[in-house]
Amino acid sequence: MYNFDFTRPSTIKEAVAAIGAGGQALSGGQTLIPTMKARLAMPETLVSLTGIQEMKGICTNDAGQICIGAATTHAEVAHEVAKSYPALSDLAGHIGDPAVRNRGTIGGSLANNDPSACYPSAVLGSGAIVKTNSREIAADDFFQGMFTTALEEGEIITEVKFPVPQKANYQKFVQPASRFALVGVFVAKFADGVRVAVTGASGEGVFRWTEAEVALSKDFSAATLDGMAAPSADGMISDLHGTGAYRAHLVKVMTARAVVAA
Amino acid sequence: MTTVKLSVNGKEMSAEVEGRTLLVDVLREKLGLTGTHVGCDTSQCGACTVHVDGKSMKSCSVLAIDVAGAEVTTIEGMANPDGSLSVIQAAFKEHHGLQCGFCTPGMVMTAAALLKENPVPTEGEVRAYLEGNICRCTGYHNIVKAILAASGQDVAAMAGE
Repeated sequence: MYNFDFTRPSTIKEAVAAIGAGGQALSGGQTLIPTMKARLAMPETLVSLTGIQEMKGICTNDAGQICIGAATTHAEVAHEVAKSYPALSDLAGHIGDPAVRNRGTIGGSLANNDPSACYPSAVLGSGAIVKTNSREIAADDFFQGMFTTALEEGEIITEVKFPVPQKANYQKFVQPASRFALVGVFVAKFADGVRVAVTGASGEGVFRWTEAEVALSKDFSAATLDGMAAPSADGMISDLHGTGAYRAHLVKVMTARAVVAA
Repeated sequence: MTTVKLSVNGKEMSAEVEGRTLLVDVLREKLGLTGTHVGCDTSQCGACTVHVDGKSMKSCSVLAIDVAGAEVTTIEGMANPDGSLSVIQAAFKEHHGLQCGFCTPGMVMTAAALLKENPVPTEGEVRAYLEGNICRCTGYHNIVKAILAASGQDVAAMAGE
């Protein structure tokens, strides 16, 4: 990779200043470093977020939401929310492999918004709130297409706040070589309705399958999905690992599995 | 260039690095610890796995400068103080958990991380934990067997090569 200047601030304020001056944020680096090795990214300055204590750790706020610092690793999330939000713990505990989970962070995953990443489905499926250095963004507004988010230039994610559903589950059909989600579905049942978020399938990145949400809000059972058509294959990713129609079919299958397992 | 200090296998060490210098390059090129291997260089194969502050990481995907001050353990730090093989290393030898040996440093470091978290894993848990470590010789059976044996479980009945 090309060389760069490196800085590792210890506060959010210092990080925002360094990024505002043209730096590129680096969290766990499990995507960015390989990308830089391939020279697909060539930042002149990297601003590491790994030394910012106020961006690490997990707590529960007065509203009962689980608040996860953006620089918290997947392994820490998997361990810490095992009792308070098992579906989220399970999702975090199956990202990549153990070494990647010890380094990669929730904030990094969300800011990157890879169309096959797991975390965006949990955030959208839970109706979580993405907190940045300057504002709070609802999950429904945050994800704006493949590798695209509502983050402004120089804005960084500092925390993610998850409402805890009554029941939830994440089902991932892994692409056999990369182990990324070929299709992943996060289903969450709240008192006021069900949310179904799908990753891996659409060329637009994570999305809500609203027809299934309406049906499951009336009757939370896999049988409800039997009579439904799978979502349209239009816009679904089609590659050597699976056609768009196959992915669309999998969305329905994985949704049903998630409902059963929730 | 910046001076990065690390505690490697219990010894204080320092090296001059650029921003882009990977942890694995510091270990191999600057400190001469060539037991840690570079396999794929794309964070998939796990041959470069080391422990950073007690946690397994792929040292080809970590910038040395970003872990300045950390405690790093490599395969060179795994043997007992008297130089004899650790329990895990001895089990890999006993159960033929290696063939060409290229992946072995990463396998041993990942096994050590697993047994620290989960001292008596099931076969399924061992296999799941090895997801990020690729071996092209053994077919994994004897690696899994070695790790189960290192955890103190009876593997006499397990199929092996």
